[in-house]
Amino acid sequence: MTAETTGQPVLRPHAEDAFAEELSALAAADDRPRPARWNLSPWAVATYLLGGTLPDGTVITPKYVGPRRIVEVAVTTLATDRALLLLGVPGTAKTWVSEHLAAAVSGDSTLIVQGTAGTSEEAIRYGWNYAQLLAKGPSREAMVAGPVMRAMNDGMIARVEELTRIPADVQDTLITILSEKTLPIPELNDEVQAVRGFNLIATANNRDKGVNELSSALRRRFNTVVLPLPASPDAEVEIVSRRVDQLGRSLQLPAAPDAIDEIRRVVTVFRELRDGVTTDGRTKVKSPSGTLSTAEAISVVTNGLALAAHFGDGVLRPADVAAGIQGAVVRDPAADSLVWQEYLETVVRERDGWSDFYRAARDAASGRPYGAAA
Amino acid sequence: MTDRPLLLGVRHHGPGSARSVRAALEAHRPAVVLVEGPPEADDIVSLAADPAMSPPVALLAHAVNDSGRSAFWPLAAFSPEWVAIRWALDHDVPVRFVDLPAAHSLAPRDEAAPGAADAPAPESEGAPAADADGAEEPAGNDTAADPADPADHRLRRDPLAALAAAAGHDDPERWWEDVVEHRAGGDDPVAPFAAVEEAMTELRAAGPATGDDRDLVREAHMRLRLREAVKEFGAGSVAVVCGAWHVPALRERRTVAADRALLRGLPKVRTEITWVPWTHRRLGRAHGYGAGIESPGWYGHLYSAADRPVARWMTKVAGLLRDEGVPISSAHVIEAVRLAETLAAMRGRPLAGLGETIDAVRAVMCDGADVPLDLVVDRLVVGDVLGEVPDSAPAVPLQRDLTAQQRRLRLKPEAEERALDLDLRKDNDAARSRLLYRLRLLGVPWATPAGGTSTGTFRESWRLAWEPELAVRVAESGIWGTTVESAAAARARADADAADSLAALTTLAELCLLAGLGEALPTVMGALADRAALDTDVAGLAAALPALVRSARYGDVRSTGTEELTRVAHGLAERVCVGLPAACTGLDDDGAAAMRHHVESTHAAIALLDEDGLRDRWRGTLRRLARRDTVPAVLRGRAARFLLDEGVLAEDEADRLIGLELSPAVPPARAAGWIEGFLAGGGLLLVHDERLLGLIDAWLAAVPADSFTDVLPLLRRSFGSFEPGVRRSVGELVRRSPGAETGGSATAPTPGFGDRTDPERADAALPVLRLLLGPEFPGHDAARAVPPATEHPSPADDPIGAPA
Repeated sequence: MTAETTGQPVLRPHAEDAFAEELSALAAADDRPRPARWNLSPWAVATYLLGGTLPDGTVITPKYVGPRRIVEVAVTTLATDRALLLLGVPGTAKTWVSEHLAAAVSGDSTLIVQGTAGTSEEAIRYGWNYAQLLAKGPSREAMVAGPVMRAMNDGMIARVEELTRIPADVQDTLITILSEKTLPIPELNDEVQAVRGFNLIATANNRDKGVNELSSALRRRFNTVVLPLPASPDAEVEIVSRRVDQLGRSLQLPAAPDAIDEIRRVVTVFRELRDGVTTDGRTKVKSPSGTLSTAEAISVVTNGLALAAHFGDGVLRPADVAAGIQGAVVRDPAADSLVWQEYLETVVRERDGWSDFYRAARDAASGRPYGAAA
Repeated sequence: MTDRPLLLGVRHHGPGSARSVRAALEAHRPAVVLVEGPPEADDIVSLAADPAMSPPVALLAHAVNDSGRSAFWPLAAFSPEWVAIRWALDHDVPVRFVDLPAAHSLAPRDEAAPGAADAPAPESEGAPAADADGAEEPAGNDTAADPADPADHRLRRDPLAALAAAAGHDDPERWWEDVVEHRAGGDDPVAPFAAVEEAMTELRAAGPATGDDRDLVREAHMRLRLREAVKEFGAGSVAVVCGAWHVPALRERRTVAADRALLRGLPKVRTEITWVPWTHRRLGRAHGYGAGIESPGWYGHLYSAADRPVARWMTKVAGLLRDEGVPISSAHVIEAVRLAETLAAMRGRPLAGLGETIDAVRAVMCDGADVPLDLVVDRLVVGDVLGEVPDSAPAVPLQRDLTAQQRRLRLKPEAEERALDLDLRKDNDAARSRLLYRLRLLGVPWATPAGGTSTGTFRESWRLAWEPELAVRVAESGIWGTTVESAAAARARADADAADSLAALTTLAELCLLAGLGEALPTVMGALADRAALDTDVAGLAAALPALVRSARYGDVRSTGTEELTRVAHGLAERVCVGLPAACTGLDDDGAAAMRHHVESTHAAIALLDEDGLRDRWRGTLRRLARRDTVPAVLRGRAARFLLDEGVLAEDEADRLIGLELSPAVPPARAAGWIEGFLAGGGLLLVHDERLLGLIDAWLAAVPADSFTDVLPLLRRSFGSFEPGVRRSVGELVRRSPGAETGGSATAPTPGFGDRTDPERADAALPVLRLLLGPEFPGHDAARAVPPATEHPSPADDPIGAPA
């Protein structure tokens, strides 16, 4: 609202605005059956997320790079009357996917509840305009509808971010909404019944298990899709270098030449530790307690670039990323540093062309020279 | 239609094909059924109707003189071939196998022949899983195998992939499922076969995928057998069930002479054939180098489910998950079925297939997690079905191989228990030992090692007793391979995959060595390396290391095996080096004692490994152990001693360390512990190094009276372990300590010693020397002759214990 009134370009437009052209081209080309109040058919929604070329030559850019299966299951779930729960470690594009799904299905990705420890029932259901309430008593006019209620009224997709951050008793407000598709308003002895087309996408971080675990009653209302980390090293290197490039520009860091080798190295280390196996698939390694998501790899490289630009010669060197990697890997000082050392000694030390990095990492790992004979 | 034989082109192990075959046979009621398979099996095909026979089973053909040369034709309940065989037997219609005889396909071939390995397996063509060639044979069993490149092979030989690609499907398996398997029962049971035949004809005409020479030979043989049958029963009464790929070739008109010419001069070998039990897991064989069919359980379900296959499947899944304690309600089942069907619709498929149901089960029943899903895949999609074969089936080759070896090694299976002593230096005995160990690996406990710890390395004692049920065990082991060696190796590999502890794997590795199974060793070692990498129990790693190093160094395996062993041992040692300091902190007395044992054995093992880099790292680890305050004193002492013995501790460094450990601020009990560890390697050091003795002596003298009784047991333990001679020498040295004599001289070169040799004292040392070196010690008189004041033998270079 404010962005429109000031007329300034917004920092980040909504998905439905940023990709309005693609959406309309898809809608024009889409001749498959659409569920009630959907802007596109499920097939077209999947195409919107995964990318493709339409018969008229319009290129749809891929929004999500990952297994087709995941997007198909997600879209199909929205077409049934089950809600969709997107799970994943931080940095796996849960929110991104949820936003684009809502934009493609309903043309509106703004009906959103941000889950926090302080999210109240009012934020999910409805609040009151107290001036009206005092003046006229409880009435429809005095009600302030929450995003979920509006979505139900209009048959749209509502979004709940970080569902597991919301206290358990507040979460359970969703049960009636999801199972009976109705939102009771006991104050008015009334209810809001969801219009066809209503559904809900929730995201949750599965590293936060146990924070506010969903009750099984609520869980049963969701189909769960786990968003994985990038499948192939090349895809991840691509994602990391693209984001690093963008971030570097906004931080006004000078572009580092030949950074791609170090990026590849960071991605390799992260992937190997995350997957518990070396890329050649020959040796298993222990995994540390940290997430080591793609997002963390991006921040390690960005940090390294800043180090190289401000304190080094502008070229990204192993030493610039070694400390960052160690910081990302060693979250639990006791267990993780063992994992890291073991990885250094059994994997990195013998790898061709990695001796610089091995030395840098070892220096970073301990002030003491390790294993040197007297 | 009546003037042409009924050619039923199928996809091997395709349940849809099986249904269609049965419908077509019911409709046409042929007088003879020809099935793709080895003609040698004609005689035993009637066993298929035996009530004791239950699929999955396999036809196993093997060369008589070489049980290792063998091939399997697996058949599941949902295999079209099995369905055709059972239909024919139930209707008293003769069954004939028409493929190239195993006598030819198993004969040693020119090695240059492409893809020689896969000739015997009927899975080689038509089936989307075309790279399954030979995969049905236990890996390593087919000694005739030549490593055909599977990728190249698929390109050349997977016609369905080409068809599916033409239809715009990326997955040929799914395409076949959609077009044939999921066909909702049309009116004409033969129509799909006609369509497949047409497609195959086009494909064979168009593509370069014309098969290879062997295919031509096989098809020539099929044509000849078909012609015979047509002559005998009339064209309209013959039905042929074969891979879809062959149908056009059978339809083709060729002269008998041309076909005969192709078959002339083929190498031949004497073969035997029998039925063996099979399992769904082996049909699946997701491991190994080939994939048969990945979802035998699902196919079995598709074939046996009367109707609503998806709903029935989801109910099965729910039942399984409930049994495992996952709460699954009927609502879950309903939602899963709906999701699967909606997914199928979105993907443009006529019916939900395995992919859709798995996706739905994951999203609805498993909360998106793969762990419970793996269970579903393992138990249901693959399945645990074990086939059975009637007793009247001919003996399995494994039994024959065992009998042959028993005869050759003169080891009679006898019921009464008897002892057997083997001298491993003799070839025959070594071979016997290997056989017995292999049988142990196979779970045929004919012999048990007689527990004699006194035996030397070349001696082995066994107790032998042959129980009748061992024959059953041997028969059961038939699925592992056709010879004792290959079966034991296959079993060892499977055990390695399933093993859940490091100890089990090291035992297995040891058994493999003893059984001479070098080929199984890499798998076992791979599993061992993986397990070691994930094992956080350093004590376990350290315990596994010595045996491994010994095997690597002294093991009598083939050279390929020891390299692998050494590599794994190195990895293990590295991990111990990294993890040991952390594992040594915060231990109680018992824990420290156990860990001391591990440190000692690791030290010995790393010395055996004899690699500089590793030794340096180990020294680094010892250094950290010796310096870390949180490590129990006995371990620190032990580490310090190792460093000293290795000569990597500089002299003043050693003094400093000892002074530090024995300084007054250290509680006496701890210092005593340190001394125990330090002196555990023997007390000779104290006899050699008087400075050291002086340090310890000084400390001991400074222990307060009230603490002395506390440290006494520890000290007694330390010194009590010395040999009597050493103990006495130390005692003598201490008795003449400086405090007791001259009152200490400022110029004394070493604490505890005067500045010159004292002849009286030298005399006093002589009894000890005599004791050490024997009464005829030649230096007896010479020692007396040494002029007293001319030499200053410093204790360090006065080698009391080392006569020149």
